[in-house]
Amino acid sequence: MRFVAALLAWLPRAFLMLAAIGLLNFALIRMAPGDPAAVLAGESGASDEQFIAAIHRDYGLDRPLREQVFTYLRRLAVLDLGMSYRTQRPVASVIFERVPATLLLTVPALLLAIIVGTSLGTLAATRAGTWKDTLITSMAMLFYATPVFWVGLLLILLFSVSLEVLPPFGMASFIKKTGMPGVLDVLQHLIMPVLSLALFYMAVYVRVARAATIEVLGRGFVRTAYAKGLSSRQTLRRHVLRNAVLPSVTLAGLQVGQLMGGAVIIESVFAWPGIGRLAFDALMQRDYNVILGVFFVSSAMVVVANLLTDIVLRLIDPRIGRN
Amino acid sequence: MRRTLFTLFIVWSCTLSFASAQNVEPTRGGALQSLLWPEPPGIMSGQFLQSPALLVSTKLFEPLLTYDFALNPKAHLAESWEIAPDGKRYTFKLRRNVKWHDGKPFTADDVVFTFGEYLIDVHPRIKLVFQRTKVSKIDDYTVEFRLDEPFGPLVRSFGIGTEIVPAHLYKGTDFRKNPNNAAPVGTGPFKFKEWKRGEYIHLVKNADYWRRGLPYLDEIYYRLVPDAATRAIAIESQQLHLATQNDLELLHVDRLSKLPYIAVTTKGWEWGSPIVWIEMNNRKAPFSDKRFRQAVMYAVDHTFIRDTVFQGYAKIATGPIHSGSPFYEPNVRRYAFDPAKAESLLDEMGLKRGANGVRTTIKLLGLPYGEMWNRAAEYTKQALKKVGVEVVLEPSDAAGWSDRTRNWDFEMTMYFLTTLSDPALGVSRTFMSDNQRKGVLFTNHSGYANPKVDELFIRAAATANEAERKKLYSEVQKIMVDEAAVAWLVELVWPTVYNKKLHNVVIDSSGPNGNFAETWLAK
Repeated sequence: MRFVAALLAWLPRAFLMLAAIGLLNFALIRMAPGDPAAVLAGESGASDEQFIAAIHRDYGLDRPLREQVFTYLRRLAVLDLGMSYRTQRPVASVIFERVPATLLLTVPALLLAIIVGTSLGTLAATRAGTWKDTLITSMAMLFYATPVFWVGLLLILLFSVSLEVLPPFGMASFIKKTGMPGVLDVLQHLIMPVLSLALFYMAVYVRVARAATIEVLGRGFVRTAYAKGLSSRQTLRRHVLRNAVLPSVTLAGLQVGQLMGGAVIIESVFAWPGIGRLAFDALMQRDYNVILGVFFVSSAMVVVANLLTDIVLRLIDPRIGRN
Repeated sequence: MRRTLFTLFIVWSCTLSFASAQNVEPTRGGALQSLLWPEPPGIMSGQFLQSPALLVSTKLFEPLLTYDFALNPKAHLAESWEIAPDGKRYTFKLRRNVKWHDGKPFTADDVVFTFGEYLIDVHPRIKLVFQRTKVSKIDDYTVEFRLDEPFGPLVRSFGIGTEIVPAHLYKGTDFRKNPNNAAPVGTGPFKFKEWKRGEYIHLVKNADYWRRGLPYLDEIYYRLVPDAATRAIAIESQQLHLATQNDLELLHVDRLSKLPYIAVTTKGWEWGSPIVWIEMNNRKAPFSDKRFRQAVMYAVDHTFIRDTVFQGYAKIATGPIHSGSPFYEPNVRRYAFDPAKAESLLDEMGLKRGANGVRTTIKLLGLPYGEMWNRAAEYTKQALKKVGVEVVLEPSDAAGWSDRTRNWDFEMTMYFLTTLSDPALGVSRTFMSDNQRKGVLFTNHSGYANPKVDELFIRAAATANEAERKKLYSEVQKIMVDEAAVAWLVELVWPTVYNKKLHNVVIDSSGPNGNFAETWLAK
C-alpha cells in the first residue's frame, strides 16, 4: 500500500521532471554555436546555400526557435525521437541498436565495482589503521585518480601488444564465430574494458563502504550486539552491514541511471560500439536529434532508477519513508 | 637527418613495391582489414563527400577516367575519349561489358543521368563544373558533353567524386532519400555487404567484375576505431593492414614507420593537394593592410612548422597553387624566416611596440582537428609574440569552427583546404571577390578582393589551351603571393601506412581512394 502511494506521488513528479529535462537539454544544445548542415559541409570540403537550406527545411531547422521547442516537446510526449540529420535514420533505432553493447559493458562493470568495492571497503573498515586498510584505501585512491583512458591503454599495451593474450579493441573477432566460441570471443573482448571501468567505479564504493562501516561500528546497537554474545562475524552480517550498505545503494542508484549513457572514454579507447560514443560523435556533429534522444533516454533511466533505489532502500531499512 | 632518412625510406619502399609488382605472382583471396575514421554519415557516391566516405564508395562505384601520378587522364569506364579542337565538345566511348551489382547492364543512360541530373542535384562542388555542360546520349555506348565556352578544368573533372551511379535505381526518385543509399549498387570490384554502425563496413568481391580475374581480394573490412592511440596499436599489432590521411597522428606514423613490417608512402593524394594557411579577415584593421599579412609570413618559420609541427609530412607552401600542379609557379616573392623584416613592416604601418612590448593583440581561431593542429596554432602564437603581436587562441570544436569561419566571425582562422586537380576548381573559390557568400563554408571568407586577380582567374578558367592557362596562373600567383592574400604555411603530405603483406595499395593519383581491384594480400 505504502509503495502504491509512493508510486502515485512519484508519477507526476517524474513527468514534470522529464519535461523540464527535455526543455533544458534543448536550450543547452542550441546555445552552442554550430549547425549540422555546416558540419557536413565542413567534412566534405564543399558547400553551397541550397544544400544548407535543404537540410534546414527537411528537419524544420528553418522554423522559429519557439516553434521548434513546441514541436520537440509534442513529439517527445508521444515518444517520437525524430530522425538523425546525419545518417537519415530514426533516432530511436540509432540509439536502441547501441543499447545491448552498452549494457554488456556497464552492467558487469558496475556489479563488479559494487561487490568488490563494498567488500574491500568493509574489510578495510574492520581492519582500520592496519596495513591492510592502508593498502586497500591507497589502491582505491590510485585507481580513482588515474585517468581511465590511461588504465585502458596500459592494459592494451600489456595484454595485447606484449603478452598477446587479449584482443586490443572491438566487440568481436574479425572472423565471425557462432555459438559457444562466439560467446567466449565476446567475453574475451569484454575483459579489459570492463576491468578499466570497474577499477574506476570501485574506488568510490571502497571509500563509501569504509566510511559507513566505521561509522556504524561505533554505534550503540553494535556494542549491544557484542554484549549479548554474538560473534563479530554475526554482528557484522546482521547489524553492521545492513546499515552500512545504505549509502552504497544510494550511490549505485545514481550510477544505474548513467549505465544507459554509456562510458564515452572507455568506449572510445576500446572501439566499443556503445551509446556513450554515439552521443559524443553526435555532439561533435551537432546531430541535435540524436543528442537530445540520448539525453532523454538516459534522463528517463535516472528517474526510473531513483524510484527503484527508493524502493530498495525501504526494503533494507523499513524506517525510511514512514510518515 | 630525419628528412633524408624519410626520403630514402620512401624511395626504398617504392622500389620494393615496384619489384614485387614485377616478380611476384599476386595471391588471390584474403580479407583486407583497413582503418576508417571518423565514421561517415553515409557511403553513397556523390552524396557523401567526407574523406572516409570516399575511401569506401570508391570501391563500389567507378568514374569514367582515372588519373596517373602526374594527373594525366586514363581510360576507366570510358574506353576512349575525344576533345574537339575548339574545346567545346567532349565525346566518350563507354565499355560494353560492364554490369551493375544487380546484374543490369551499364550504358550511356547511366552516364547521362549521373552528370545531367544526379550530381547537379547532390554534389555542391561538382555541380559548378557540370552545370555549364550539356550531356547527351549519342548511342547506348557513346556520350557527348557540350559547352558554350571552353572550360580548361573539365578533362580533370571525371575522377573521384564523379563516379557513375545507376539510373535504373535513382531516376525519378528523391536522391537523398533513395533506399539504395543504405546498400549502394555500383559497378566496382567490390559489393556492399553490411554496415554495422560503430563497428565496421564490410565489402565483398564482385565476381562479375568487368576486368576478368580481378579483384584479387575476397573482402574488405573498414574498421571504425575512435581512439588515436588504439588506432596506432591496431596497425602495430598487425590486426589492421592499412591507415591513411588523418587516421594516425603524425607522431605515431613516425614511430610505426620504423617497424620492419610497415611501409609508408606519401603518394596517392595528388588529386587532393591540401594546403594549410592562416586566413585574415580583410574587412578589419590591421589585416586589411598587406604589410601586416606579409609580416605574418616573415614572422613564422615555415621550416619549423614543416619539420616539428607536421613531423616532416609536409612541404613548405609558397603560394595558392600546390607545387604538384602543372600550373605551379615557383618564381614568386619569397618569404624566408625573417623576424626583423616583419618588425620593420609593422613599424612602417605605425604599429609600434607599446610599453609592454606589445604592438597589438589579435585573435586566432585554430582548427580543432587534433594534436598537430593545436601545435600549429600554439607555434603561431609564439612566433608572432616575438615580433610584438600578441595572439589570443580561440578554442572551438569542429561545428563552432565552421560556424564562425563561414559567417566571417574571426580575425585569423587557420585551416587546410584541398585545392583539387585544377586551380579553377579548388583555388579561385577562396580568392574571387564575387565568391564572398556569407554562411557558405570554403568560399572567400576573408574578403580578399583584387580586380586583377578576379580577371586572371576568370580568363584562365575560360580557355582549354594549357599553355595560355599556365601563363595566366603564373601571373595570378605572383600578385597574390606578393600581397600575401592569406598566410600560406605548408602543403600537407598525407601518409598512407600499410602492412608489407599488402601490395598495389597506391598505384595512381587516387591512392587509397582507388578501387583496389589490383590490391592483394600475401599470406
